[in-house]
Amino acid sequence: MTTDLTVDVSPEVQRRLYELMTLMKAADDRLSKGIASGELVCVYWPSRGQEAIAAAAGVCLREDDRLVTTYRGLHDLIGKGVPLVEIYGEMLGRQVGAARGKGGTMHIARPESGVMLSTGIVGSGPPVAVGLAMAARRLGLDRVTVASFGDGATNTGSFHEAANMAALWDLPVVLVCQNNQYGEMTPTEHTMKIAHVADRAAGYGMPGVRVDGNDPIALVVALTDAVERARSGGGPTLLECVTFRLRGHYFGDPMAYMPEGQLAAASAADPVPRFRARLLEAGNFGELDLDEIERASAAAVEEALATVLAAPATALDELDRDVYADPRNCPA
Amino acid sequence: MTMTQALNLALDQALAHDERVFLLGEDIADPGASGPTAKLSTKYGVDRVLDTPISEAAIVGAAIGAAMEGFRPVAEIMIMDFIGIAADQIVNHAAKLRFMTGGRTTAPITVRVQVYGGLGTGATHSQSLEAWFMHVPGLKVIVPSTPRDGKGLLTSAIFDDDPCIFVETIRLRGQRGLVPTDPAFAIPLGQADVKRPGTDVTLISYGRAVLDALGAAATLEQEGISAEVLDLRTLVPLDVEAIVESVRRTRRAVVVHDAVRFAGPGAEIASILHSELFGVLEAPVERLGARFVPNPGPSALESQVYPSADRVIAAVQRTLAPATVRAGAHG
Ligand SMILES: Cc1ncc(C[n+]2csc(CCOP(=O)(O)OP(=O)(O)O)c2C)c(N)n1
Ligand SMILES: [Mg+2]
Repeated sequence: MTTDLTVDVSPEVQRRLYELMTLMKAADDRLSKGIASGELVCVYWPSRGQEAIAAAAGVCLREDDRLVTTYRGLHDLIGKGVPLVEIYGEMLGRQVGAARGKGGTMHIARPESGVMLSTGIVGSGPPVAVGLAMAARRLGLDRVTVASFGDGATNTGSFHEAANMAALWDLPVVLVCQNNQYGEMTPTEHTMKIAHVADRAAGYGMPGVRVDGNDPIALVVALTDAVERARSGGGPTLLECVTFRLRGHYFGDPMAYMPEGQLAAASAADPVPRFRARLLEAGNFGELDLDEIERASAAAVEEALATVLAAPATALDELDRDVYADPRNCPA
Repeated sequence: MTMTQALNLALDQALAHDERVFLLGEDIADPGASGPTAKLSTKYGVDRVLDTPISEAAIVGAAIGAAMEGFRPVAEIMIMDFIGIAADQIVNHAAKLRFMTGGRTTAPITVRVQVYGGLGTGATHSQSLEAWFMHVPGLKVIVPSTPRDGKGLLTSAIFDDDPCIFVETIRLRGQRGLVPTDPAFAIPLGQADVKRPGTDVTLISYGRAVLDALGAAATLEQEGISAEVLDLRTLVPLDVEAIVESVRRTRRAVVVHDAVRFAGPGAEIASILHSELFGVLEAPVERLGARFVPNPGPSALESQVYPSADRVIAAVQRTLAPATVRAGAHG
């Protein structure tokens, strides 16, 4: 799908997309630099390279819309408006984290931003998204629930069961598959017979759309359509966003399993510089405007990190909190 | 060799010597494989070392089906926390087929799983769930602590006629030890092993916590306390005879494991000891296990969850204290 910047989205949306994408990239870059140098200690599944998808969700969703994401969620969380301090704070085990630092990198939630679940279990998000959408309908709210997951997740029984239910009940769900062409160390084509994840949609009776996951404009167009369908009672959509994991599965992944040249080719299609070039070409923004956006993103990241590093570490007494509503239920 | 190499050797030899053996699981084939399955797909082909989609229920279900037809599949569930997805196949099929069909069908599968605790990966990538499977009649549950035991027990599990849950521990991956390379080397299931002899107290353990027990025993020796370390190695079948024999001699026992303490394997062992040796014990059996909380992300908190050598020592001291002091300490 080719999109026309001038027709498809306004300059305000273009700016917002670039702000979000550069913030997501800066947040990943800073974390990566810190972990690599030993300054920061945490586990991390990088989202570098997948920013366009999360930025598009950021501009297409309302604050009260719901998001279910995964361990690879830094970009998704930022797009949905989770403050960076809560994200970094959780990853680095500080009291300012979304769960006061005790849940860890993979399990960040912030209902105020509509982020109801980040799961570390592949495929377990979509069934929960079905329930969130059922609840919205029962509550008489026109919220939409986005479930974000990888290509590998579509091979799970949970995904299949949830997609079938969402379609059966015409639920306001958008299934956003971030197809980054690998599940851990295994290429996607080794784990499914079909070439396009979007083709799975036909089996559930819902529209399946394949879109360039590195093109924020194409993503906004496709997501707007899917979100509108969901919100207006038209049921779920499976949106396959084709992208790439530029830092591998986990931070530090040597990526030795990748064929020669694949990473270089993927890096050449990096969505962030690509969007920058496109914005310049379209002419609404000049070099200085975009430099300023990048500077602001980098500054926001530094400020958040400084706040997190100045915050106290997760308190030991957090261990005894939140296991049950009433801590007296814990066996001694 | 390391634990990883020992497990790799067991798989390698099983594939080499028995055509019925094949492996299936996520990211187990080259070039993506990094653990005990590394290099095996290159050596034996992707027909016998199968990378699967992320589909835990089907991985175990398929292993069961092939096992019913005479194969000896070794399925891998990458991290033990994901076993819930395959639990139906394990609990309702693998465990029960022999009984439900009067022995006409059986599922002699091996399910290898890894415990990721201690790496800071949080509540869904760290659990030691072996007690779940001890509770299901028909399953065997195996947890090695040394490379030698890893090789010997995995070989036995693969060729055992019953379904086996074989629990590996990521924190033991680098443990080194001597391992017989004779393909026939196997350790029978259901035999505990005295890892260190002693006379004053028995430390009963398995898996990673054996290291805590050995560490504690070394320190206690300097204080003049002789602790025996009994490594259970298999939880089902449980070597009750070895447990009772040791504690009959030492008259004191501490059970220590990484599984949650409440309703953990130690509860069964303590109960057996209290009923078998009621008049012999000098003190109630002490149990140490993980705290009753989902695992936290930060390492500083996670280290509070698990037992440690220091906690084993404190528990031993409780068993040695006179009864009056002990009552005070518990109150
Ligand atoms: C049920 C389950 N099985 C296996 C894993 C281990 N694992 C973590 S990420 C991953 C790959 C997932 O691939 P995909 O869905 O494409 O998402 P990506 O990581 O590429 O974003 C696997 C197998 C897991 N977390 N959960
Ligand atoms: Mg993927």
